[in-house]
Amino acid sequence: MSEQQHNDTVTVFIDGQPAVVPAGCNVVDAAALAGREIPHYCYHPKLSVSGNCRMCLVEVGTPGRDRSTGEPLRDEDGGVQILWIPKPVIACATAVVEGMHVRTDSEAVRSCREGVMEFLLVNHPLDCPICDQAGECRLQEYATDYGRGYSRFIEQKNVKPKRTRLGPRVILDDERCILCSRCVRFCEEIAKDPVLGFTDRGSYTTLTAFPGRELDNNYSLNTVDICPVGALTSTDFRFRMRVWFLKETPSIDTESSVGCNTLVASREGRIYRITPRRNDAVNDTWMPDSGRVLYKQVDADNRIAACAIDGRPAGPDAAVAEAARLLRAGRAAIIGSGRLSVEEQYLLRRIRDALGAGTPARLVARHGEGDGLLLSADRNPNTRGALLTGLINALPSAELADLRAAIEAGEVDTLLAAGEDPAAAGIPCELLKRVKLVYLGSHHDECTQHAAVELPLLTVFEKAGTFVNQQFRVQKFAQAAPGPAGTLPGLQLFTRLLQALNPDAAVAPSPDAVWDAMAREAPEFAGMRFADIPPEGALVSGARFAGLPFVEGPGLHFEPAGKREAR
Amino acid sequence: MLAVPKRTHIHPLERRILLKHADDPQYDVSIDCYLRHGGYAELRKAAAMPPEQIVQEVADSELRGRGGAGFPAGMKWKFLDRKSGKPVYLICNADESEPGTFKDRQLIHKDPHQLIEGMMITAFAIRAKLAFIYIREEMPLGARILEAAIAEARRHNLVGDDILGTGFACDIVVHRGAAAYICGEETGLIESLEGKRAYPRIKPPYFPAAIGLYQCPTIVNNVETLCNVKHIVALGGKEFSRIGTPGNTGTRIWCLSGQVRNPGYFELEGGRHTYGDLIYRMGGGLREGRALQAVIPGGTSAKVWRAGERFTGKLRNGDPFNWGIEDVPLDFDGPMAAGSMSGSGAVIVIDDSADIVEVLANINAFYAHESCGQCTPCREGSLWMRKITSRMVGGAARPEDADLLAAIGDQIAGRTICAHGEACAWPTQSFVAKFRDKFTAKAGEDPERARSRSLRLV
Amino acid sequence: MAADLPPETLQAIDGLIARYPQARSALMPILHAIQKEQGCISLEMQEWAAAQLGLTPIQVREVVSFYPFYREHPIGARHIRVCRTLSCALNGGYRVCDAFKSAFATELGEVSPDGRVTVEFAECLASCGTAPVALVDDVLHENLTDEQVAAICEQIKRDTPARPAPPAPDNA
Repeated sequence: MSEQQHNDTVTVFIDGQPAVVPAGCNVVDAAALAGREIPHYCYHPKLSVSGNCRMCLVEVGTPGRDRSTGEPLRDEDGGVQILWIPKPVIACATAVVEGMHVRTDSEAVRSCREGVMEFLLVNHPLDCPICDQAGECRLQEYATDYGRGYSRFIEQKNVKPKRTRLGPRVILDDERCILCSRCVRFCEEIAKDPVLGFTDRGSYTTLTAFPGRELDNNYSLNTVDICPVGALTSTDFRFRMRVWFLKETPSIDTESSVGCNTLVASREGRIYRITPRRNDAVNDTWMPDSGRVLYKQVDADNRIAACAIDGRPAGPDAAVAEAARLLRAGRAAIIGSGRLSVEEQYLLRRIRDALGAGTPARLVARHGEGDGLLLSADRNPNTRGALLTGLINALPSAELADLRAAIEAGEVDTLLAAGEDPAAAGIPCELLKRVKLVYLGSHHDECTQHAAVELPLLTVFEKAGTFVNQQFRVQKFAQAAPGPAGTLPGLQLFTRLLQALNPDAAVAPSPDAVWDAMAREAPEFAGMRFADIPPEGALVSGARFAGLPFVEGPGLHFEPAGKREAR
Repeated sequence: MLAVPKRTHIHPLERRILLKHADDPQYDVSIDCYLRHGGYAELRKAAAMPPEQIVQEVADSELRGRGGAGFPAGMKWKFLDRKSGKPVYLICNADESEPGTFKDRQLIHKDPHQLIEGMMITAFAIRAKLAFIYIREEMPLGARILEAAIAEARRHNLVGDDILGTGFACDIVVHRGAAAYICGEETGLIESLEGKRAYPRIKPPYFPAAIGLYQCPTIVNNVETLCNVKHIVALGGKEFSRIGTPGNTGTRIWCLSGQVRNPGYFELEGGRHTYGDLIYRMGGGLREGRALQAVIPGGTSAKVWRAGERFTGKLRNGDPFNWGIEDVPLDFDGPMAAGSMSGSGAVIVIDDSADIVEVLANINAFYAHESCGQCTPCREGSLWMRKITSRMVGGAARPEDADLLAAIGDQIAGRTICAHGEACAWPTQSFVAKFRDKFTAKAGEDPERARSRSLRLV
Repeated sequence: MAADLPPETLQAIDGLIARYPQARSALMPILHAIQKEQGCISLEMQEWAAAQLGLTPIQVREVVSFYPFYREHPIGARHIRVCRTLSCALNGGYRVCDAFKSAFATELGEVSPDGRVTVEFAECLASCGTAPVALVDDVLHENLTDEQVAAICEQIKRDTPARPAPPAPDNA
């Protein structure tokens, strides 16, 4: 008989095997930690417990004790006797206690699961061939693993509204709905927009919104993610691709400094959708809808896919050489971006150093209203990366007033803009004609026609790297799709430019090499290696920048550091 | 015109404590009448007792809940969470909806002050901040009678602020339902009282005595249970426990209906009479030329008995028993020993003019309609069983339907959030188990002939 | 949005909200009050009720649609509810219902052609000892024989004027 561990864990027995799990966790999670799946629909680790699907029924027992002596009861073999609760209980609503025994695979449990599966399929339409959920559908998976395999139902199935528009991004099929209430709970508890509900009663219960109201908040697509079946589907993704063809790549939402963890699903280099990736320290299992459409920029018409010198196509070697020549030729200024990766910002800083320590480098600020959840007021994903790499040492402003003044005063000959449109940053095209513009960008903007050199920048989906979010958490993203044909892969654009400016400053074009270099320079990165950054990210110290007036307000898993004194 | 007509004669086997005055033609629902008959003396007595003592009297009385579950009331009151510091609420479950049951109707419409007095004594005992009567919508006159009675009691300082000058305050709010059987389930009732769909809560953790109305400790008791509280205070718990038999103390109001000559309600001492007494002596037996086919012993949720069945086994004290239906005692333990339950005390008699499959179809239609729809087995299973029995009654029965019905029932019972799972499964399981021959015979039956012979029940 | 309710009703509704420790509890009595005044609870009134209690309209419609007594569309002038559960059915409840239906030439759940009644089934009305029973508005009629049903229908036809049926509801 084990005593409770002092570090807030308990020992439980899942199908006879001991497992040490956090005290107070539920049996579904405890079993998962022990490597056993307890199937479930309505339970979700980030929502309140509903307990209505009944799929997670298991047998639970505790060691018996003699009431008078407190000694454990023993069976004939001398082992501790387990008193099993006569009825199965739902695992999602049962908290573990020291010494608890759980049976997940007994005959009784198997019978419960077969029963629930049969009941769920009784009124379920045979939509698999046309249903987007196929391949990631819990009904399919659990029917295969836990179902009886045949149906005994010969009556008429209930008919309910099909393919109704629930909101601008979500389509609802009520016949497929298993009434787990995850979407209702999500809207109420997380999105704080209780717009969904159940009408009617019994088996005729129907998920719906009030006539004239829609599910249109900026988190509506999370309901599609958590819907275990094909009742809620994404209008954007509907009918576009079977999920078993999709490769999922971990990435980061670049919409704001929250840095929601994502999965980018692609097939043969083409991206089909973005969904959240679980990170209990950043975004739980959610992300805003507005971050999911960002993959569409990959195929935009105005993509810069090839190098150009003075508007005429050129090869990358020639373009890089010309860019380096222009930058060395006169006085240079740099506009960097809070959307560049940490590695790109570091290399840009090395480029700045190569041009002279006095070369001005600015970032463009991008502010919006924080929503208090997963969209922060800083709409750049990686402002802090620029600070940590030394590219900047103050927070950016939206308009580059001083740079504009410098250009007007004729103090700048060559402007290197990496990932930002100078015109949008307050330097009108007319003014840009006075300088030689070296433009590293992913999309043509107003001003790129005036660029002396155009060098295509990869989007976040086409490269690997890291961002540092508002928590000062370094988070990795991987390459989901190749860049346009003819673009330089990875960090080569930056490393080649750096090498052209200063051959001694060469850095190998991989995040690993860049991190080795950064770890030697930035105190916050000391001892870190790119390969060792875990999937959930790694916090670094933000102390060096504690005095800066960061704009973010509170959000999920984020409290801004105490209010700083007014400067 | 009386809301509910008085019953003109009382059977000599009855012992009327709760219904002592209810059917007296001279008795009315006013507080003056109640006071003339010594009413509210027990509330005065209780107001001077320490609350713990009232609770102990109820515990000593061994009073078991009269709503259907039979849980000891004193034990439930002792489970009340006193440590949370949250306000305590009292709810009277007046949502009487179990088919076959019509006893609370009598208490509400004919002697409302007895209920109010019982509630106020309970409020003192549990130190309730506020009390509610959740009454079903289909008793609109009852709601008005209760509201009028409460207003009268308020004027006499028996309800509301500073009751009887003790400084204790507790008011009663009458809350009308809207025709949903599941509001009779205590946590479904609480959800409904909170202004939501009546979805019963998962237990654990939502045992009302711990987490109830507005997440506060709450006692939910049946009308009849609360009416007994006054008499327990009057007699003392131990003396009360001498009425009836051990484990079945006090009286219960049994309701007899269906195909008997003399249906009605009868207040009887626990365990002193049998189903035979109720059906044949009080109920006048079967109608002319008819034979008994089935008895439902405790509301349609209870497992059915087939005429001619015998029940054998050992009682708790070790004595063996060998009963026919007529011999089963009218108490909590007897029907349990005979494989069913006394439930709400509603006994329904079915004679041989009824098609037993059609009887089950009627019952299944009720439970399917009343399923709240929250959890998978009851939601889908109840409707599926209804569709099967409707199909069978409509002439398309198959031989395997009997097994299928039983299997579906087995997949529901014990696997749901609330007892509605058992309520919809037990009838099907027991009808098929006891009348399998009738179910399999349905497959070969000519539907026209069947329809022309049967009473229409669906 | 102003509600089309008389001032006494609005005042009563304020009183209802005050009775409960939490405002949402007043939803059911408010719905009863609206339905009593207007005969049904329209979508507009559901939005109004939601606004009174700080709820969203769907949270109100969830409740309106769950409980059979609440309806979104008007019914006949008189509401006849015949119990269909076991004891009443065994004692002729379906026959009683058929008699009501044919007396007014109407089908279940509809407004009769003369606008006088809507006939529906109810589940167990808790008066099984006097089966078969039916509620006509607030009054429970027990031990119903064919003669009594006929008498009730005659009384309704005498007391309640015929009126044009309201437009059939769209299936929204």
